[in-house]
This record gives sequence, C-alpha cells and structure tokens, in this order.
Amino acid sequence: MTTSDLTLPQADTEPKPKGARGSRRPRMIGAGKQLHAGPVTYVVLAVFSLVSLAPLLWTAIAASRDNTRLAQTPPPLWFGANLFKNLQAAWDEVGLGTAMLNSTLVAGTITVSTVLFSTLAGFAFAKLRFRFSSALLLLTIGTMMVPPQLAVVPLYLWMADLGWSNQLQAVILPTLVTAFGTFFMRQYLVQALPSELIEAARMDGANSLRVVWHVVFPAARPAMAVLGLLTFVFAWNDFLWPIIALNQQNPTVQVALNALGTGYVPDQAVIMAGALLGTLPLLIAFLLFGKQIVGGIMNGAIKG
Amino acid sequence: MTSPKQALAHPAPSAETAPGDQPGAVPGAQGRGKPPTGPGSWRSRLYRWDMKASPYAFITPFFLVFGAFGLVPLLYTGWYSLHSVQLSSLDDQTWVGLENYKNLWSSDFFWNALKNTFTIGLISTVPQLLLALGIAHLLNYKLRGSTLWRVVMLTPYATSVAAATLVFTLLYSWDGGMINWLLHFVGVDPINWRESDWGGQFAVSSIVIWRWTGYNALIYLAAMQAIPADLYESTALDGANRWQQFRHVTIPMLRPTILFTVVVSTIGATQLFGEPLLFGGSKGGSEHQYQTLGLYMYDQGWIIGNLGKASAIAWSMFLILLIVAAVNMLVNRRLRKSQ
Repeated sequence: MTTSDLTLPQADTEPKPKGARGSRRPRMIGAGKQLHAGPVTYVVLAVFSLVSLAPLLWTAIAASRDNTRLAQTPPPLWFGANLFKNLQAAWDEVGLGTAMLNSTLVAGTITVSTVLFSTLAGFAFAKLRFRFSSALLLLTIGTMMVPPQLAVVPLYLWMADLGWSNQLQAVILPTLVTAFGTFFMRQYLVQALPSELIEAARMDGANSLRVVWHVVFPAARPAMAVLGLLTFVFAWNDFLWPIIALNQQNPTVQVALNALGTGYVPDQAVIMAGALLGTLPLLIAFLLFGKQIVGGIMNGAIKG
Repeated sequence: MTSPKQALAHPAPSAETAPGDQPGAVPGAQGRGKPPTGPGSWRSRLYRWDMKASPYAFITPFFLVFGAFGLVPLLYTGWYSLHSVQLSSLDDQTWVGLENYKNLWSSDFFWNALKNTFTIGLISTVPQLLLALGIAHLLNYKLRGSTLWRVVMLTPYATSVAAATLVFTLLYSWDGGMINWLLHFVGVDPINWRESDWGGQFAVSSIVIWRWTGYNALIYLAAMQAIPADLYESTALDGANRWQQFRHVTIPMLRPTILFTVVVSTIGATQLFGEPLLFGGSKGGSEHQYQTLGLYMYDQGWIIGNLGKASAIAWSMFLILLIVAAVNMLVNRRLRKSQ
C-alpha cells in the first residue's frame, strides 16, 4: 500500500480534512477510536440493529398469532392474543418443557466440566514445562478445524454398543471438553498470570494443588466466567450430534426444534412459540451478561 | 461488572515478559524455587515428584476426553469408510476397500453437494465478512452506548441454527411470507424460495449471514482497536479522509485477522448442515438444490442408512479441508513474499 498517492491530491483539495480532528485530541495509543461518530453512523448502525433484532421480534409476534393468520398477506406486524396459548402448546404438546430441562442439564454439565478442565490444561500449557507440550498444543489447535461430521459415525456406533442411544450422557460425554476452551484459557493465562506469583507460592511450600486453588483459579476467574458463558451458548445450540444421538422421546431443545420443523402438519404459530422458548434462556443471558460475552469474543479474537 | 472485560483487555503488567521467559520461570524445573525442607527428605522428594507429575495430571482429563471423542473417532471414521456399515444392522461390518469412495465419487449427488457447499459458502461468507468489516468500522467510532450497540449486533449469535432457520423459513414462505410481501412493494413477483435453485441457496446463505455477521464484526473491532492511534494521526496529518484511512491503514493492519476469519468461515461453510436441513429437508430441496456435503452425509447415513458411505463423505470433507488449508498456506506465503 503506497501512502504517497493518498497524501498528494488530498492535501490541496481538502484543506481541513475531518480526520485531522483526531490529532488535536489527546493521544490514546492503542485505542484506535480516533473519531466521534456522526449522525450518519448512528443511522446506519440503527438500520443494522433493526436487521439484527427484527427476526427475533417477529418471532414473538408470530408466536402470538394463529396458524391461519400467519398464512395471510400481509403478514402480521403487531402482537396478537395467542402468545400464552402457543407457548403452552409448545411446552406441553411438543415436549419443549422436557427439552428445556434436558438442555439445562446437558449445557450446565458441559459448561462446568469444560471450564474446569480447560483451566487446568490451559494453565499447564501456559505456565508449566513438560514433554511434548508444544506438540500437544499444536494438536489441540489443529483439531479445532476438523468438522464435527468426522466424529459422528463412530460415536453413534459406540453409543449404540453402550446402550446409550437416546440418553443424555450420549451428548454430554463427548463434549465434556473443547479444544477451544483449552486454547482460550491458555491464551489468557499466558498474560494474566504472573509467573512470579506461582514462584512465590512455591517458595512458601505450596504444592501444585494449592497453587491451582490459591493462585491459578483466582487469576483465571474473569476468563473462566467468559468461557463458561460461551460454552453454555455453544452447548445449548449444538445441533448435529444431538439430533443424531437423541430422539423426540428424550430431546434437547435443538432436537425438539428439529422435530418441530420436520414434523407432521405444522402449526406455524406453535413452531414460532417453540423457537422463541428455546432461545429465551440465551436471550436472557445476553441481557444480563452481554458485555462480558462481547468482551470474551473480542479478546479471544486478538490473541487467536 | 466491567472487571472481566477490563482484566482481559488490560493484561497484568507481567504480560511484558515474553513467552520465552516463562519456561525458565517455572520454579522447580530450574531448581530455583527452594524446596520447603532440606534435600533428600521425603518432603523434598515429594515436592520434586509433584513438580514433574503435576503438568501431566492437569492435562490428562482434557486429553482423555478429547482423545477418546475427538481424535480417535476421526481415525475410526476413516476405518468405517472402508467398510459396509448399515444403520439397520450395525454389527454387520464387512470390509469393502475403496468401494464406498468409488461409489461416492461416481455419484452426481456428491458433486452436486460439493458444488452447492462451494457456492453457498461463497455467497454466505463474502457478504458476511464485508458487512462485518463495515459494521466494525462504524462501531470503532466513539459512540454513545457503545456496549449496547455491540450486544445488539451479537444477538443473532444467541439464536440457534434450528430456531433461526424455523423463523427464516416462515419469513421466506411463498405466500404470506414477510420477504415476498416486502418485495412486492418494489414490484417483484412472489419468489418460491424453497423450490427455486438460486433462491434456496440465497435463503440458506442469508441465515448464515444473519447469525454470524455481528460475531465477525466484533472480531474485526477488536483488531481495529489494537491499531495504534498514531498511524491514523499521521495519515490524518497527511490529509487522508476517513475512507482513505480505512483503506490504507485499517485494512492492511487487519490482514491477519481477515485471514483468520476467512479460515474460520471456510471451515464453518464446509460443515454447513442445519440451515439447509430445516429449510428444505435432508435432500436440501426437492431437486437437491441446496444439499450441502454435511447434509448429504446426514442424508446418506441416517435417512438412507448407509453409515459406511457417510463415513466416506466425512473423510472426503476432511481431504477437501486439507487441500484448502494447503492452498491457503501457499497463498499466504506468496503474499508475504510479494510484500
């Protein structure tokens, strides 16, 4: 990129370029927020926000109508009176109630174990020296790129052998840890955990378990929280393996939604109620912890 | 409640110590940390044993699960792809050599699925990343309520593939669908999205774009914020306007991140599955118009019931990814040389 061809013409034609404003403000190195947003920026962002939220809002509108209304033109643009009726139908008839309970159990277990084991392994990769550590880390990163399709046939055959088809442990066990989690914690702990702190604890005669408990976990806590949120979202929304491993009798939310979508004589309003219900826990999580989730994704990105 | 983010964004001072320093800083390994009691005592032996064994203890739970359910199945899928395995009789596995692959590679549906995966991947990834780049640029301005904007952009990410596709399927329905209704205002006749060729691919791609644009925007935003402000200041002094700054400072500085998102999106596109399944069934539309490789594998394995062939499809996907990775590496190296 040649910077020369942008300096010459512009300097004459635009004596006071807007960008120059940034240079008069105090320096914020690394901040990169060089300019205040103008009204156009807000308008464009508002349009994108609308695109982002409208489908969800419309899900709620459709869930509050009935099937015949949804087939008419123009489509409804405001709420009807059937929201609770449809939610109840989705909860009972389609079995989304059981599914929500199952998903909570599955995603909760996966989250706790992923955070715990990823922190331990991430700490070892970040701060401890052991044989093959770099090769093992490379292997972990490499397999993050392998599609889940490459595991499901053997998993299916093994679960059938164990008699675990249609049981929750079939979807919990294979996902108890993720390569992403270990990589994420490793990246965080490399920077956030001062080696001197570990050393000091060692000098005091702390064994490894005490070091983990009194030094690593406190230092890792913010990243553990973020990883927990990201893992919960991932586990709640996981699709391919659950729809293979489970059936409608004992579904997770995604399995139930899949059954809704491919099922017999669909009632669209109930389907929308189901989609809404199945997304609600995560929407609430976003409402409460949106800032942390955003921070986690952004920080995972820089170091990744 | 800002603590996690701040802690992440502003790492502890020790971050300055280069990663290379750290192995030396591990106390026991260098004998720097003093054992609690004199050498030779059982306590110090226990201490040394603890130093040696603990790293392995810490990685064992991870690698046990990861190996058993991530790595081993990868190889087993290859093994099963050389066998005839039917869903109806799982224990009846007979060696067939490369039969599944021959079968697969002479099937029009396989090439159709490969082609669809490629085109859907292209029309979902390219606009998605361009949009994300633009949104990130806007989010990078000093904004009122900056966190709120970011959370709003990320909200589609909270929606599962299944939920999003069910909603979009209704939005795209032929009569009474929101999208056809909106299009009629600009004089477009109702489009049968599910049945048409490009329409189905477009619809499926739009779901992917909707769900992932905000996520990628945040990744770009993070990278943009790491660009030193001086760079902008100096180009501003040179008289560059916003667009020129974007083109000549932001984009070049973002190149590694862009490459990263391209790789991740390519991987995501290769395994695309849930969206076409719920939009048009396991055949990906009545004429297989948007059946992707991932969907073709599911269809062959669990709808038709041929798990051996499904394994062969999975391994073909793996091979394709390896080729893509190799090409990516070559292009990357070429780019670096040309600089």
